[in-house]
Amino acid sequence: MNTMIKFLMSLLALTAALNAFAVDLEVNTPGVNAIKQSMQARHAQLAAHYASGAVGLTADGMIALRDAGAVPLAQRQAVNALVAAENNDRNALYAEIANANGHPEWQAEIRSTFAQRWIQRAQPGWWVQDGGSWKQK
Amino acid sequence: MKRVWIPVTFAAFALSACVTINIYFPAAAAEKAADKIIDEVWQTQQADKPAEPAVKEKK
Repeated sequence: MNTMIKFLMSLLALTAALNAFAVDLEVNTPGVNAIKQSMQARHAQLAAHYASGAVGLTADGMIALRDAGAVPLAQRQAVNALVAAENNDRNALYAEIANANGHPEWQAEIRSTFAQRWIQRAQPGWWVQDGGSWKQK
Repeated sequence: MKRVWIPVTFAAFALSACVTINIYFPAAAAEKAADKIIDEVWQTQQADKPAEPAVKEKK
Protein backbone atom coordinates (compact mmCIF):
# COMPACT_ATOMS: atom_id res chain seq x y z
CA MET A 1 0.00 0.00 0.00
CA ASN A 2 2.82 2.34 0.89
CA THR A 3 4.60 1.76 -2.39
CA MET A 4 1.38 2.45 -4.24
CA ILE A 5 1.04 5.84 -2.56
CA LYS A 6 4.63 6.65 -3.37
CA PHE A 7 4.06 5.59 -6.94
CA LEU A 8 0.98 7.79 -7.25
CA MET A 9 2.77 10.74 -5.69
CA SER A 10 5.63 10.47 -8.14
CA LEU A 11 3.18 10.24 -11.03
CA LEU A 12 1.49 13.37 -9.79
CA ALA A 13 4.80 15.19 -9.60
CA LEU A 14 5.68 14.03 -13.09
CA THR A 15 2.36 15.24 -14.47
CA ALA A 16 2.83 18.64 -12.84
CA ALA A 17 6.33 18.91 -14.26
CA LEU A 18 5.11 18.02 -17.74
CA ASN A 19 2.35 20.61 -17.50
CA ALA A 20 4.87 23.29 -16.63
CA PHE A 21 6.81 22.47 -19.77
CA ALA A 22 3.80 22.46 -22.01
CA VAL A 23 2.48 25.94 -21.21
CA ASP A 24 4.74 27.93 -23.48
CA LEU A 25 4.11 28.46 -27.15
CA GLU A 26 7.18 28.45 -29.36
CA VAL A 27 7.39 31.70 -31.32
CA ASN A 28 11.12 32.05 -31.67
CA THR A 29 11.68 30.30 -34.98
CA PRO A 30 13.44 31.68 -38.06
CA GLY A 31 10.13 31.67 -39.93
CA VAL A 32 8.25 33.61 -37.25
CA ASN A 33 11.12 36.06 -36.84
CA ALA A 34 11.30 36.78 -40.55
CA ILE A 35 7.57 37.54 -40.73
CA LYS A 36 7.81 39.68 -37.62
CA GLN A 37 10.64 41.75 -39.14
CA SER A 38 8.68 42.28 -42.30
CA MET A 39 5.59 43.38 -40.37
CA GLN A 40 7.64 45.65 -38.16
CA ALA A 41 9.11 47.41 -41.19
CA ARG A 42 5.68 47.78 -42.78
CA HIS A 43 4.18 49.20 -39.62
CA ALA A 44 6.13 52.41 -40.12
CA GLN A 45 4.02 53.04 -43.23
CA LEU A 46 0.77 51.62 -41.88
CA ALA A 47 0.71 53.56 -38.61
CA ALA A 48 -0.38 56.79 -40.30
CA HIS A 49 -3.26 54.99 -42.00
CA TYR A 50 -4.44 53.44 -38.74
CA ALA A 51 -4.40 56.90 -37.21
CA SER A 52 -6.30 58.51 -40.10
CA GLY A 53 -8.94 55.79 -39.99
CA ALA A 54 -8.25 54.69 -43.54
CA VAL A 55 -7.21 51.26 -42.32
CA GLY A 56 -8.75 49.35 -39.44
CA LEU A 57 -8.17 46.13 -37.52
CA THR A 58 -10.68 43.42 -38.35
CA ALA A 59 -12.25 40.90 -35.98
CA ASP A 60 -10.49 38.03 -37.75
CA GLY A 61 -6.95 39.18 -37.05
CA MET A 62 -6.44 40.96 -40.37
CA ILE A 63 -6.50 44.61 -41.46
CA ALA A 64 -8.81 46.20 -44.01
CA LEU A 65 -9.19 49.40 -45.99
CA ARG A 66 -12.01 50.95 -44.01
CA ASP A 67 -12.34 54.44 -45.39
CA ALA A 68 -10.81 54.86 -48.82
CA GLY A 69 -11.82 58.52 -48.70
CA ALA A 70 -9.22 59.17 -46.03
CA VAL A 71 -6.49 58.33 -48.54
CA PRO A 72 -5.62 60.67 -51.42
CA LEU A 73 -6.50 59.05 -54.71
CA ALA A 74 -2.87 58.92 -55.78
CA GLN A 75 -1.94 56.89 -52.71
CA ARG A 76 -4.86 54.51 -52.74
CA GLN A 77 -3.12 51.88 -54.81
CA ALA A 78 -0.14 51.91 -52.46
CA VAL A 79 -2.34 51.55 -49.38
CA ASN A 80 -4.19 48.64 -50.95
CA ALA A 81 -0.87 46.96 -51.61
CA LEU A 82 0.23 47.58 -48.01
CA VAL A 83 -2.98 46.06 -46.67
CA ALA A 84 -2.66 43.02 -48.92
CA ALA A 85 0.98 42.48 -47.98
CA GLU A 86 0.22 42.86 -44.28
CA ASN A 87 -2.62 40.34 -44.49
CA ASN A 88 -0.37 37.88 -46.30
CA ASP A 89 2.17 38.20 -43.51
CA ARG A 90 -0.48 37.83 -40.84
CA ASN A 91 -1.85 34.65 -42.42
CA ALA A 92 1.67 33.30 -42.69
CA LEU A 93 2.41 34.27 -39.08
CA TYR A 94 -0.58 32.39 -37.67
CA ALA A 95 0.19 29.32 -39.77
CA GLU A 96 3.87 29.44 -38.88
CA ILE A 97 3.22 29.60 -35.13
CA ALA A 98 0.80 26.67 -35.36
CA ASN A 99 3.27 24.63 -37.38
CA ALA A 100 6.23 25.56 -35.20
CA ASN A 101 4.36 24.08 -32.25
CA GLY A 102 3.47 20.91 -34.10
CA HIS A 103 -0.24 21.69 -34.15
CA PRO A 104 -1.31 23.05 -37.56
CA GLU A 105 -4.91 22.69 -36.37
CA TRP A 106 -4.35 25.45 -33.81
CA GLN A 107 -4.12 28.05 -36.56
CA ALA A 108 -7.71 29.26 -36.19
CA GLU A 109 -7.37 29.62 -32.42
CA ILE A 110 -4.06 31.42 -32.77
CA ARG A 111 -5.70 33.78 -35.25
CA SER A 112 -8.58 34.57 -32.92
CA THR A 113 -6.23 35.07 -29.98
CA PHE A 114 -4.20 37.51 -32.06
CA ALA A 115 -7.36 39.23 -33.30
CA GLN A 116 -8.43 39.95 -29.72
CA ARG A 117 -4.99 41.14 -28.71
CA TRP A 118 -4.45 43.39 -31.77
CA ILE A 119 -7.80 45.04 -31.10
CA GLN A 120 -7.34 45.33 -27.38
CA ARG A 121 -3.91 46.88 -27.77
CA ALA A 122 -4.79 49.22 -30.64
CA GLN A 123 -3.89 52.82 -29.92
CA PRO A 124 -6.55 55.43 -29.12
CA GLY A 125 -8.02 56.84 -32.32
CA TRP A 126 -7.52 53.65 -34.33
CA TRP A 127 -10.52 51.87 -35.81
CA VAL A 128 -11.29 48.29 -34.85
CA GLN A 129 -14.04 45.88 -35.84
CA ASP A 130 -16.41 45.03 -33.05
CA GLY A 131 -19.19 42.56 -33.76
CA GLY A 132 -19.30 43.41 -37.45
CA SER A 133 -19.27 47.19 -37.15
CA TRP A 134 -16.37 49.62 -36.94
CA LYS A 135 -15.62 51.37 -33.71
CA GLN A 136 -13.04 53.99 -32.90
CA LYS A 137 -10.83 53.34 -29.90
CA MET B 1 -4.05 -9.95 -8.71
CA LYS B 2 -6.65 -7.25 -8.31
CA ARG B 3 -4.12 -4.98 -6.58
CA VAL B 4 -2.08 -4.69 -9.71
CA TRP B 5 -4.90 -3.03 -11.60
CA ILE B 6 -5.35 -0.09 -9.28
CA PRO B 7 -1.98 1.56 -9.96
CA VAL B 8 -2.24 0.65 -13.62
CA THR B 9 -5.58 2.44 -13.87
CA PHE B 10 -4.18 5.49 -12.13
CA ALA B 11 -1.15 5.46 -14.36
CA ALA B 12 -3.40 5.40 -17.40
CA PHE B 13 -5.34 8.39 -16.06
CA ALA B 14 -2.19 10.32 -15.30
CA LEU B 15 -0.75 9.61 -18.72
CA SER B 16 -3.94 10.63 -20.46
CA ALA B 17 -3.77 13.92 -18.53
CA CYS B 18 -0.33 14.58 -20.00
CA VAL B 19 -1.56 13.91 -23.50
CA THR B 20 -4.62 16.10 -22.97
CA ILE B 21 -2.46 19.09 -22.07
CA ASN B 22 -0.75 18.90 -25.43
CA ILE B 23 -3.90 18.44 -27.46
CA TYR B 24 -5.88 21.34 -26.03
CA PHE B 25 -4.99 24.80 -27.17
CA PRO B 26 -2.94 26.66 -24.53
CA ALA B 27 -4.95 29.88 -24.57
CA ALA B 28 -2.97 31.72 -21.90
CA ALA B 29 0.34 30.89 -23.54
CA ALA B 30 -1.01 32.01 -26.89
CA GLU B 31 -2.05 35.35 -25.43
CA LYS B 32 1.38 35.83 -23.97
CA ALA B 33 3.00 34.96 -27.28
CA ALA B 34 0.65 37.27 -29.18
CA ASP B 35 1.44 40.17 -26.84
CA LYS B 36 5.14 39.61 -27.29
CA ILE B 37 4.87 39.66 -31.07
CA ILE B 38 2.51 42.65 -31.10
CA ASP B 39 4.93 44.60 -28.91
CA GLU B 40 7.69 43.94 -31.37
CA VAL B 41 5.69 44.67 -34.51
CA TRP B 42 4.11 47.85 -33.17
CA GLN B 43 7.17 48.75 -31.07
CA THR B 44 4.73 49.60 -28.31
CA GLN B 45 6.84 48.77 -25.30
CA GLN B 46 10.44 49.82 -25.01
CA ALA B 47 10.68 46.40 -23.42
CA ASP B 48 13.59 45.61 -25.65
CA LYS B 49 15.54 45.16 -22.46
CA PRO B 50 17.63 42.26 -23.76
CA ALA B 51 19.34 44.88 -25.90
CA GLU B 52 21.90 45.64 -23.22
CA PRO B 53 22.52 42.71 -20.91
CA ALA B 54 26.30 43.02 -21.04
CA VAL B 55 26.31 46.37 -19.23
CA LYS B 56 24.84 44.82 -16.09
CA GLU B 57 27.46 42.09 -16.02
CA LYS B 58 29.84 43.74 -13.53
CA LYS B 59 28.79 46.61 -11.30
